[in-house]
Amino acid sequence: MSDTHNGQGHSHARRTFEVRVLRQDDPESPSYWERHRLDYEPDMNVTSVLQRIAAQAETVDGVHVAPVSYDSNCLEEVCGACTMIINGRVRQACSALVDRLLEDRPGEIELQPMSKFPVIRDLAVRRRRLFRALEKVKAWLPVDNYYNMGPGPRQSPEQQEQAYPLYECMSCGCCLDACPQYSHVEVVRAEGETDEQFKTRENATFDQYFIGAHAISQVVFYNMNPTGQNNAGERLDAMTEPGGIQVCGNAQNCVAVCPKSIPLTTSIGRAGRAATKRMFTKWFDK
Amino acid sequence: MAKQRVMIVGGGLAGLAAAMKLAELEIPVDLMSLTPVKRSHSVCAQGGINSVNAVTRQQGDSEWLHLDDTVYGGDFLQHQPPVKEMTEWGPKIIDLMDRLGVPFNRTAEGFRDQRRFGGTLFKRTAFSGATTGQQLLYALDDQVRRWTVEGRIKIYEAWDFLGPILDADGVCRGAIGQDLVSMEIRAFPAAAVIIASGGCGLIYGRSTMSMACTGSAASRAFQAGARYGNPEFIQVHPTAIPGADKLRLMSESARGEGGRVWVPRKPQDPRPPREIPENERYYFLEERYPTYGNLVPRDIATREIFSVCTEDGLSVDKDRLAVYLDLTHIPRATLDIKLGGILHIYEKFQGVDPREVPMKIFPAVHYSMGGLWVDYEKNAAGGLTMGSPRNQRTNVPQLYAIGECDYQYHGANRLGANSLLSCIFSGLVVAPSVANVIKTAKPAEESLLKSAVAEKQAEHDQMLRRPTGGENPYLIHQELGNVMTKSCTVVRHNNVLREAIDKVNELGERSKRCSLSDSGNWNNQNVMFTKALRDMFPLAKAILLGALARDECRGAHFKPEFAMPGLTATDPAELRREAEAWVDRFDANTNKWLKSTIASCDKQGEVSLSYEDVDTTLIKPRPRLYGLVGAGMIEEVWKARQAAKSSSEGNGSAAKSAPQPAVAH
Ligand SMILES: Cc1cc2nc3c(=O)[nH]c(=O)nc-3n(C[C@H](O)[C@H](O)[C@H](O)COP(=O)(O)OP(=O)(O)OC[C@H]3O[C@@H](n4cnc5c(N)ncnc54)[C@H](O)[C@@H]3O)c2cc1C
Ligand code: SF4
Ligand code: SF4
Ligand code: FES
Repeated sequence: MSDTHNGQGHSHARRTFEVRVLRQDDPESPSYWERHRLDYEPDMNVTSVLQRIAAQAETVDGVHVAPVSYDSNCLEEVCGACTMIINGRVRQACSALVDRLLEDRPGEIELQPMSKFPVIRDLAVRRRRLFRALEKVKAWLPVDNYYNMGPGPRQSPEQQEQAYPLYECMSCGCCLDACPQYSHVEVVRAEGETDEQFKTRENATFDQYFIGAHAISQVVFYNMNPTGQNNAGERLDAMTEPGGIQVCGNAQNCVAVCPKSIPLTTSIGRAGRAATKRMFTKWFDK
Repeated sequence: MAKQRVMIVGGGLAGLAAAMKLAELEIPVDLMSLTPVKRSHSVCAQGGINSVNAVTRQQGDSEWLHLDDTVYGGDFLQHQPPVKEMTEWGPKIIDLMDRLGVPFNRTAEGFRDQRRFGGTLFKRTAFSGATTGQQLLYALDDQVRRWTVEGRIKIYEAWDFLGPILDADGVCRGAIGQDLVSMEIRAFPAAAVIIASGGCGLIYGRSTMSMACTGSAASRAFQAGARYGNPEFIQVHPTAIPGADKLRLMSESARGEGGRVWVPRKPQDPRPPREIPENERYYFLEERYPTYGNLVPRDIATREIFSVCTEDGLSVDKDRLAVYLDLTHIPRATLDIKLGGILHIYEKFQGVDPREVPMKIFPAVHYSMGGLWVDYEKNAAGGLTMGSPRNQRTNVPQLYAIGECDYQYHGANRLGANSLLSCIFSGLVVAPSVANVIKTAKPAEESLLKSAVAEKQAEHDQMLRRPTGGENPYLIHQELGNVMTKSCTVVRHNNVLREAIDKVNELGERSKRCSLSDSGNWNNQNVMFTKALRDMFPLAKAILLGALARDECRGAHFKPEFAMPGLTATDPAELRREAEAWVDRFDANTNKWLKSTIASCDKQGEVSLSYEDVDTTLIKPRPRLYGLVGAGMIEEVWKARQAAKSSSEGNGSAAKSAPQPAVAH
């Protein structure tokens, strides 16, 4: 599909704007650009742009089209669902304001799906690998039970202040999309494969590739918890398996794109030192 | 034979708490959710979670007082035994969440810190930064992930619950779900189905709620025969930031720190707000309520902001309702220290600096107190019998409801920071109940499952095939939102409600003629949205009918025609007479209206109402007098009458239910 500017659009640049969307009908089909023209309204963000496109259901060329698929839920940048590439940058659609985007690039907004995850359709991607990494590194406290056992251990305000920002990670995947070491991995379901079989095979594949900065940061979060320290070693071991922290090339792209300003490189540094220390202790204990 | 499974619909705080507890009890769980569970709406909660704690306890607080605040705040419209049990579990639940790793804010000595929230004198609210709901949800999600790895829980994300599967006896034997990627429709046999699908704010178009809060799951249970309690009780928050896609919460602290609410006296004055001189500004809260000014109670602020825009036509924008919330007179440095976090939210989403330009705000639908009707079994102590199959069960056997989608805990109005508690509590409580049900539940017959799938598949196929009826589901949703917001939020009038019912019926009919712009069978969000839209109508009707029928004011339900205004007399004797009359009227109203609305839905989607008495055996209902003129005198009369009553009743049961002071704090 052509993506040249139409002159008409320019003369109305203040009242309407154009949205270029990289669409893909399903995982097997090729992607293609599609253009929509919308009336400008004040206070719009990219999720409301996508809502308008759905309601309008027509491209600039007057072709009737299906709504653009995308994920969203909270619309206030706390759930991580609506992550996509907007004007070349990976970020959340709900906190991407149209006024700002048009200031940076007058007249046009460009939307693409995240680049490291398999496209389900249009801007909706499959991010299960991101959650699989949390399973792999055992990002939880293995508490005895859920009965009433009194409070958890006391913690200083300083401990809380260190831990809290790490737990604000909303699993959006921006840090992964921007990371040069995090490659695109797509496992295609085989004919006749059951849910369970596919999941097992997919997990095994994911486990060979880089876990990503978000998972390393969760290891740090749980390993600094007083209860979490009891099995810190297990998490460090999981984090140094193939696809673990050693894959990180310290490019620091992750920390630059994290919408929650999570100190990812600090986490990576801490986790790396802890892992090295553990390796030596294990080695000497042999 | 393999152990029977339990299906949970929804993975917010309530659903995840239930899943985690069931896993501990070694019951195999399936959980389906529209969104990945970690992205559930519960992440939006900022403020905190309530419970009595070591400090408040030594200041005179108790679980009993937490119960009292909750039922007083809810205008006594909730059964008291479940609330009693919840407040008793409160401290244990916070302890548990602490053990699971939630980074609660700490005191210098390392204890959990607490703040004060509305509706109580005590600092009961534990919090974790400005994102308490997110932190609580993540801790539960991580526990559920642990059990997923162990194989005790299976999660089905991006699945839409299409309805419960009922056998010929009306017993729930499983659930039907649809994979939103492959569009496969599948039956999940289950010994019990637990609905944990959250609120229904999207019926109002835009609200402070998330996109998955369509109420569709609750509506599908409702249409299958589950009753729905107190639909008309919808909480509206006075200050939200109107956005094109969502109304985002603006904390009350903005007014607490000196924010002033105003509109230009000239309707839709086109000048930038800071160029409008003082004498052309209408500080309507300060003028109408000289004593309280901008800090009038929540419901009053909500009503005044609403009416200045709708009735007086003084909205600051022509095509959007809003008033100014002005902080620009406060020094920047002060604002940054006191309000930094919330001002950042405004800046992020409006792209405007509220330190320089007055914020535009408007009330927004925020919480549904009503929800699926659920049962409970009371114990001798006035709380709940743990493990009773009746706890959290709908009227459909083996179908349960927990979290915001049940009607159980908040009566006519919810106290801030009580919802996160009720969600986790109901999730933990339902687990042993369901564990007991499972012991005797029969497995579902294959033929039942097959026919249930066939029925939903036929409906789905027909929607895709339907010849174009020309209606656009997104536009119908906007219209529905407009009707509901205009007629049934802050101020309710019977004539407006009647018109709204007609309009909603008409929209409901039109929604059946939607043309889908996507007739494909791969990740078709268009068909999913259209299904959710159509299922909004039975709940919308229940909300409107409930509101129309209830000729009184209670909690979030306000009908000016039936308001009980304060006293006007100045002469003490006359004032006393007025107070006596006020209390007479209050008693008469309590007799008539202290009952829950119970909505039922027939096969055609028609909604009818009945009423249920409320168990108020623990704490006797008393008037809420916050801000009312003459409150002191009314209270005096009220107390005198209570004293007379309890002495005539003898000294038996009176001690525990002795009324607390009726004046508000
Ligand atoms: C802005 C805001 C701030 C708040 N702050 C506070 C606070 O400070 N303190 C407090 O106590 N309360 C607060 N609340 C209220 C509280 O957040 C909610 O009541 C609570 O989180 C609801 O949790 P839940 O588990 O019932 O449902 P939710 O968290 O809404 O989860 C619902 C789940 O159901 C799933 N679902 C829905 N429909 C379907 C379907 N058809 N099929 C399959 N799955 C489905 C969703 O995917 C989701 O997983 C706030 C609410 C808002 C809007
Ligand atoms: S620092 Fe490591 S994790 Fe972060 S972007 Fe670079 S390689 Fe990726
Ligand atoms: S670390 Fe930041 S960028 Fe990465 S997933 Fe978490 S919130 Fe997103
Ligand atoms: S919709 Fe939740 S982050 Fe954008």
